[in-house]
Amino acid sequence: MTAQQDLDRIFREPPARPSRVPEAPPPPAREVVELTIDGTPVTVPAGSTILEAARGLGIDTPTLCYGETLTPVNVCRVCVVEVAGARVLAPACSRKVEPGMDVRTDSERVRLARRMVLELLGSSVEVDLAGPALPDGSIAGYLERYDADPTRFGPPAAAAAAGDRDARQPGHHHAPAGDAPAAATVDQPVKVDNDLYVRDYSRCILCYKCVEACGTDAQNTFAIAVAGRGFDARISTEFAVPLPESACVYCGNCIQVCPTGALMFRSEHELREAGAWDEPSQTVTDTICPYCGVGCTLSLHVQDERIVKVMSPLDSGVTHGNLCVKGRFGTEFVQLLPKGTRLPGDPPAA
Amino acid sequence: MDLHVVGPAATPDERAAVDAVLDPEIGVASGWTGGERSPGDGHVAYGGHGARSRRDLLLPALEALQGSAGWVSRGGLNHVSRRLSVPPAEVYGVASFYALLPTTPRPPTVIHACDDLACRLAGAEALCAGLEAALGPAGDADDGADTTWLRSPCLGQCERAPAALVTIAGSAPRARAVAPATHTTLLDAAATPGDSPDPDPERVATLVPQTGDPGLRLLARCGSVDPTSLDAYRASGGYEALARARAMGPGAVIDEVTASGLVGRGGAAFPTGRKWAAVAAQPATPHCLVCNADESEPGTFKDRALLEEDPFAIIEAMTIAGFATGAELGYCYLRGEYPLARARLENAIAQARAAGLLGGDAGFDIELRIGAGAYIAGEETALFESIEGGRPEPRNKPPFPVEFGLFGKPTTVNNVETLANVPLLLRLGADAYRAIGTGGASTGPKLFCVSGDVARPGVYETPFGATLGDVLALAGGVRDDRPLQAVLLGGAAGVFVGPDAVGLPLTFEATRAAGATVGSGVVLVYDDTADLPDALHRIAAFFRDESCGQCVPCRVGTVRQEELLARLAAGRPLGSLDQELALFADLAQGMRDASICGLGQTASSAIESALRAGLVRFAEPAEPAGATA
Ligand SMILES: Cc1cc2nc3c(=O)[nH]c(=O)nc-3n(C[C@H](O)[C@H](O)[C@H](O)COP(=O)(O)O)c2cc1C
Ligand code: SF4
Ligand code: SF4
Ligand code: SF4
Ligand code: FES
Ligand code: FES
Repeated sequence: MTAQQDLDRIFREPPARPSRVPEAPPPPAREVVELTIDGTPVTVPAGSTILEAARGLGIDTPTLCYGETLTPVNVCRVCVVEVAGARVLAPACSRKVEPGMDVRTDSERVRLARRMVLELLGSSVEVDLAGPALPDGSIAGYLERYDADPTRFGPPAAAAAAGDRDARQPGHHHAPAGDAPAAATVDQPVKVDNDLYVRDYSRCILCYKCVEACGTDAQNTFAIAVAGRGFDARISTEFAVPLPESACVYCGNCIQVCPTGALMFRSEHELREAGAWDEPSQTVTDTICPYCGVGCTLSLHVQDERIVKVMSPLDSGVTHGNLCVKGRFGTEFVQLLPKGTRLPGDPPAA
Repeated sequence: MDLHVVGPAATPDERAAVDAVLDPEIGVASGWTGGERSPGDGHVAYGGHGARSRRDLLLPALEALQGSAGWVSRGGLNHVSRRLSVPPAEVYGVASFYALLPTTPRPPTVIHACDDLACRLAGAEALCAGLEAALGPAGDADDGADTTWLRSPCLGQCERAPAALVTIAGSAPRARAVAPATHTTLLDAAATPGDSPDPDPERVATLVPQTGDPGLRLLARCGSVDPTSLDAYRASGGYEALARARAMGPGAVIDEVTASGLVGRGGAAFPTGRKWAAVAAQPATPHCLVCNADESEPGTFKDRALLEEDPFAIIEAMTIAGFATGAELGYCYLRGEYPLARARLENAIAQARAAGLLGGDAGFDIELRIGAGAYIAGEETALFESIEGGRPEPRNKPPFPVEFGLFGKPTTVNNVETLANVPLLLRLGADAYRAIGTGGASTGPKLFCVSGDVARPGVYETPFGATLGDVLALAGGVRDDRPLQAVLLGGAAGVFVGPDAVGLPLTFEATRAAGATVGSGVVLVYDDTADLPDALHRIAAFFRDESCGQCVPCRVGTVRQEELLARLAAGRPLGSLDQELALFADLAQGMRDASICGLGQTASSAIESALRAGLVRFAEPAEPAGATA
């Protein structure tokens, strides 16, 4: 019998319904794990991370590369904690809890490690925009909490010329003896190669989030990847070609997850350059994307009656923060209407 | 995913080089790349799916491209991308990781001159100066020039320092070791490379000075048995151990390895029997096996001796390991800078296949994979990523390889020297094997890579228990009978000890108790004239160059450490010397505690040990230079 005939038969002779609704099977017993964090016993579902367990206790653990909607890459190491008996510290964001674990989140070792991570980042990357408005908290706040002093590695080296970091080749580099080098940084000019968003890699902490969002965690476009190695590692298209020549589809999902302001709407970038970015005056309005039937939630950031950026809530069940180019960047038409135009359904003019 | 490939196409030569690697594995060109399409509308292109699951061919394809053109061009990369259905940005991410896969044009002939620890003691800087005078600054690629030179980390030829490697791209790419090198012999070798990857007539005698010593076990065949002949290998007891293993059965082999007390020689000193048993017990299949022949720890060249002079023993050992742990395919990952070892392994694998000892009915086969210039690829999980066609960035552990290794399967990964012990212990029996050495964790024979300021550098074998002084004596003592200043044990990731350590037995227990390490068996000797601050700075530069860049403590920490050592070596500390040492201590602890892998965790250990033992004292500046900004 073909599948079509099968369907026809089921349609004509629907199977008899059971006389009563079957009872739902009992929910499987949830396995739990008991451990101690900073001396406090805690019980959490098996499979939780130390971070989740610590957050449950109200312990504020700093994170930078961790994102609720992304696979943990555990590379920034700012979330490390001390697990009794382990040789080295463990990343709270990805290490799963184990029965009997004895975790310290504020020991001397933990504080030093977190302080070093923050000083190393602060000394090599422009971190001033990595602020509380962005998904993962404030580097500035962390710097203070851990007494971090990013200036103690000496004066920063000069910025690289445009394209210089993109062209660096891996391998052994030789610095002539006798020089006392300044502290290397990732400082470089902003990449402005399209109308929609800019890439300021002097702000990039290499958290891998944009790569994950562009790849298998959301967009599956793979326009960008990590290239190079060591301190010369960078986010790049193939051969650092400009975005319009790459596979990028301008979904902006990388901007959504970037915790540092390295990826930014061009509108925001230009306002900031002009000294006109005024966050306190902005409103954020959630609405539904007008374009297709998926119905993604848009959060319109509006300054001075102008939409300056479009995000989507990470906890939206529809988008998990992800949009397509239309919802992300296609709202410009709203601005094209002459000021004061009334649309059908608008309340009557006063 | 839509593959979005734009830009130039490959040259016919590039295409041919890549296709020669890929066609035998994934069939001829798919519809993507101009091959057959569906009849009728031509809308469907067959062939993409087979390719998509073979991302592990990415590194071999890129190597073929580089071998043909001398660099990875955009057109060539696009071709690889299409054929393997891997997005070009990702292919670029992989290629741009490896030092031997340049993504900017490079002349076909490249002289890689080692300026690492042992070679520095033998005049590497003078060699580089000679090359610079002849060819211009390192990496300079004037249009039309056909030769350039580059500085390289340790090439694993430290017994013949200063060493260099000449690579020549073209229709038949070649590589040749030149050691000891002068800039004139190097320019000659670049101009007329010849066919041999290592034509030095004294090579074996220099590499294994104990050749012919009847007491040798691991090195017994080196210099005595033809390494290119399976018959010669069999006539010298080869493949007896495999026969014994087959007669015993897998479980008994693992018991025997466990009973022998063999622990890994790759640096981590993990009990081999326990590793094998853990893999054998995993329900997930298939099980994988990897021989780690990436030997890139500065000062290490013992695996090279085994691979060049006794390649069949490694193949037999892998076959036994596969039999015991239930793996049908073993990968041998060889560092790209070992052309002779590569030729010997290729020959040995081909002969073993022809004799029915590998492939087909043998139930086990070996695939040789070649590295492309990345120390970190020797870290076991980075090695898996490298084979799988990703960037060799170490994975977070747990899960451990025995559970989740190569291709996510239970995997045994062992060092070359560890494996070389397996046929030996099976032939001797666990009890007799245990009787060699000092018992405890240090059973069996051990290879040491002795280099630097000694009379006869080379690979030396002793039973475990020999002291540092014994090993130095084997190598004829400090060169010209000069006083000993320091010895670096275990390589760049190891520990410096002073002359007071000559009585230290080089066993796992004794070195651990003394705060030192056996590591990869490096014994790098510095006499009283050596410039230790310079050595420390070179070690710091090594880790800066070789960090994968994944995690912050190591990516930036190794840079700050290198800058600090450069300041100290130049006598221009920031503020006071004490301030610098405090900064160093914080950096060292941060990297050790918070880095993902062993590279970052040990990047400070050698430097720290030299400072702690007072082997290096940096001078206070006459007048403290600029304080913190
Ligand atoms: C940075 C780094 C580099 C390494 N390089 C090598 C190497 O080149 N060869 C090797 O055998 N093991 C190397 N190892 C150790 C491997 O990770 C692994 O422990 C070893 O191959 C296991 O083999 P064994 O148990 O036989 O020693 C390296 C480890 C680290 C952290
Ligand atoms: S905008 Fe979308 S497609 Fe473009 S790089 Fe970002 S995530 Fe990838
Ligand atoms: S650009 Fe932003 S998201 Fe991407 S790695 Fe850098 S900091 Fe992270
Ligand atoms: S410690 Fe260094 S080499 Fe290891 S994962 Fe981190 S950055 Fe990479
Ligand atoms: S947040 Fe855990 S390592 Fe980055
Ligand atoms: S070959 Fe130069 S240091 Fe090893």
